[in-house]
Amino acid sequence: MFVLHHVKYKDILDIDHLDIPSGQITCIVGESGSGKTTLLKLLNHLISCDEGEIWVNDVPISECDPIELRRNVVMLTQSPTIFKGSVRDNLQIGLEFSGKPAASEHDLLEALEKVHLRKELDKDAESLSGGEKQRLALARVLLMEPSALLLDEPSSALDEDTAQFVMEKLAEYVRPRQKTMIMVTHSKDLVAAFADHVIEVSKGQVIAREAV
Amino acid sequence: MTGNGSIDLSFWQLAAAYIFIVLLLIIVKIRGIDREKEILVSSVRMTLQLILVGYILAYVFKHSHPLYTIGITAIMLIFSVYNIYKRTKAPLSGEMKKIIAVSMVTGTVASLGYFILVVLCVSPWYDPMYVIPIAGMIIGNAMTGISLGVNHLLDGMSSKRHLVEGALILGATPKVASKPIVNQAFDAAMLPTINSMVGMGIVFLPGMMTGQILGGASPVVAIEYQIAIMLGIVGSVSLSVILFVQLGYRTFFNSRSQMKG
Repeated sequence: MFVLHHVKYKDILDIDHLDIPSGQITCIVGESGSGKTTLLKLLNHLISCDEGEIWVNDVPISECDPIELRRNVVMLTQSPTIFKGSVRDNLQIGLEFSGKPAASEHDLLEALEKVHLRKELDKDAESLSGGEKQRLALARVLLMEPSALLLDEPSSALDEDTAQFVMEKLAEYVRPRQKTMIMVTHSKDLVAAFADHVIEVSKGQVIAREAV
Repeated sequence: MTGNGSIDLSFWQLAAAYIFIVLLLIIVKIRGIDREKEILVSSVRMTLQLILVGYILAYVFKHSHPLYTIGITAIMLIFSVYNIYKRTKAPLSGEMKKIIAVSMVTGTVASLGYFILVVLCVSPWYDPMYVIPIAGMIIGNAMTGISLGVNHLLDGMSSKRHLVEGALILGATPKVASKPIVNQAFDAAMLPTINSMVGMGIVFLPGMMTGQILGGASPVVAIEYQIAIMLGIVGSVSLSVILFVQLGYRTFFNSRSQMKG
């Protein structure tokens, strides 16, 4: 789905060549500060590379409509943004941003179920814990039904059991629908359990890429 | 007394009013506030500027000509734009400076033109006795509005950058992503004008109305003018500020809908 060729971004990333397949789960691993988050931001086109080119489904990213691209390639940051309002407002806002119709009550509850978050829709989102906010943001992304999900340490604020449950649900969601999932993680267990491909990044460079 | 019934101030009467500056100087001296120099300079500047303006206006009123009216209005606009640049706490980009100037000129000239030609039906249209004082009030209030709008927009885009980026990564357009900040800046810029309408006539008598009454005009006529000019001010502030915020937020994004900086 993504091909990166001679991509440089400041002194953070310097990737000679990288191919990320569509319809599969790719995990990006590497030490902190190695450029993993920057790589996701480049794929979401929140930032542009200084040199080189990124292709999305064989189209140079510089020729894609940036808004349409972000609606199809949605990113979940490590500390996701929670907007003012209720759980319901935060779930609907992703659809509103991407110009899609509002979801039904049933769809909202189903999305919360997928991320193992049993909260009332009218609850103030600000009152949720860090892990709950992370799952709420994940449910928001799932509701948007993008073709690719870019997840930056989606389980960093979750306990081991919840992380495992949420990842299973995510895998159940993306695999039959042939969606692309690219996930930055430090968890070897998650990589072993769910990754189809692993990319290892170190000091801004891809040092290993392998199919699992 | 003048011919229209108001008291003509003699030199000594005017000089007696400076007792209030002396009073202020004594207060800051006793309180140990280091502000004497600024107070003196501002008093002298105020006096000299007003005397100069008085003579200029007297000349312009006597030798009425469209170029004089346009020239003085242009000078007021230029000063107001520079004043906004000076009042802004954060550094302004060249693009932002252009937008401030365009919003200020477009908003004030459009509302001034409407006010002079449609509301007051001034004839000739360039009559400096009407155009210059009204332009002063319209430009002055728009300047305050845009200054507030600039500061709130810059502050919002910096302190709430994470919210804007959080919306962008979910596919929001820059317009949608920055809407809460733009609305907040517009609201903050309009609030002093809205508040002054609420207090007008009860908490204070506005300057123009007071001036007209002291100048011998009937309070009813003064009020009619004051209501009209207040509505003109609302129009010019809202027009200038909405233009500014609508154009201004775009300077924070590049052509790829990414946040700059």
